[in-house]
Amino acid sequence: MNTNKYTLKLAFWTLGWVLSLALVTFGAKFIWNFNVTISVIMILANLLIGVGMILANIRLLQQIDELQRKIQLDAMGITLGVALVAGIGYSALDITNVIGFDAEISHLVFLLGITYIAAILIGNARYK
Amino acid sequence: MKNRLKVLRAENDMTQAQLAEETGVSRQTINAIEKGKFDPSLPLAFKFARLFKLQIEDIFEDEKN
Repeated sequence: MNTNKYTLKLAFWTLGWVLSLALVTFGAKFIWNFNVTISVIMILANLLIGVGMILANIRLLQQIDELQRKIQLDAMGITLGVALVAGIGYSALDITNVIGFDAEISHLVFLLGITYIAAILIGNARYK
Repeated sequence: MKNRLKVLRAENDMTQAQLAEETGVSRQTINAIEKGKFDPSLPLAFKFARLFKLQIEDIFEDEKN
């Protein structure tokens, strides 16, 4: 099977996206001193690399075999559900001042990552 | 869905890895199908049928029957 090649490509695009995001986040303060033009260019580059990452993910999903595709689909469904329910709940906690800090999108992204990895591991264990 | 994949594989002296290679799926998929944990798609069921020179219904059986 040819999935290793597509997995490596996805890893390459994901690494590129993370690095470009880090550059946008820290570069504005430490490199180009919040120059709006440079920030916009870097954000556009980050978005384009993000599109590449999404396409690489789609290509990988087309290559993997049908059981792995089912495991991925289940994991994505669970992750989407958790994102919606937990994200809205978390936002409500912030709006109603139940929590004393701002609900940050990064917290949700972290939760999504953990949920997705856990769902993949459980899915693989289920079909072992 | 019940299936005779494990029996047919043994009759043809094939390992799970060999059957996986022949049908273009992973060994994990073959194992999950044999254990009845995962039902294959129709194209994959046809691949099994062609490989063992049988009809699909000779390999797979609806558990309601």
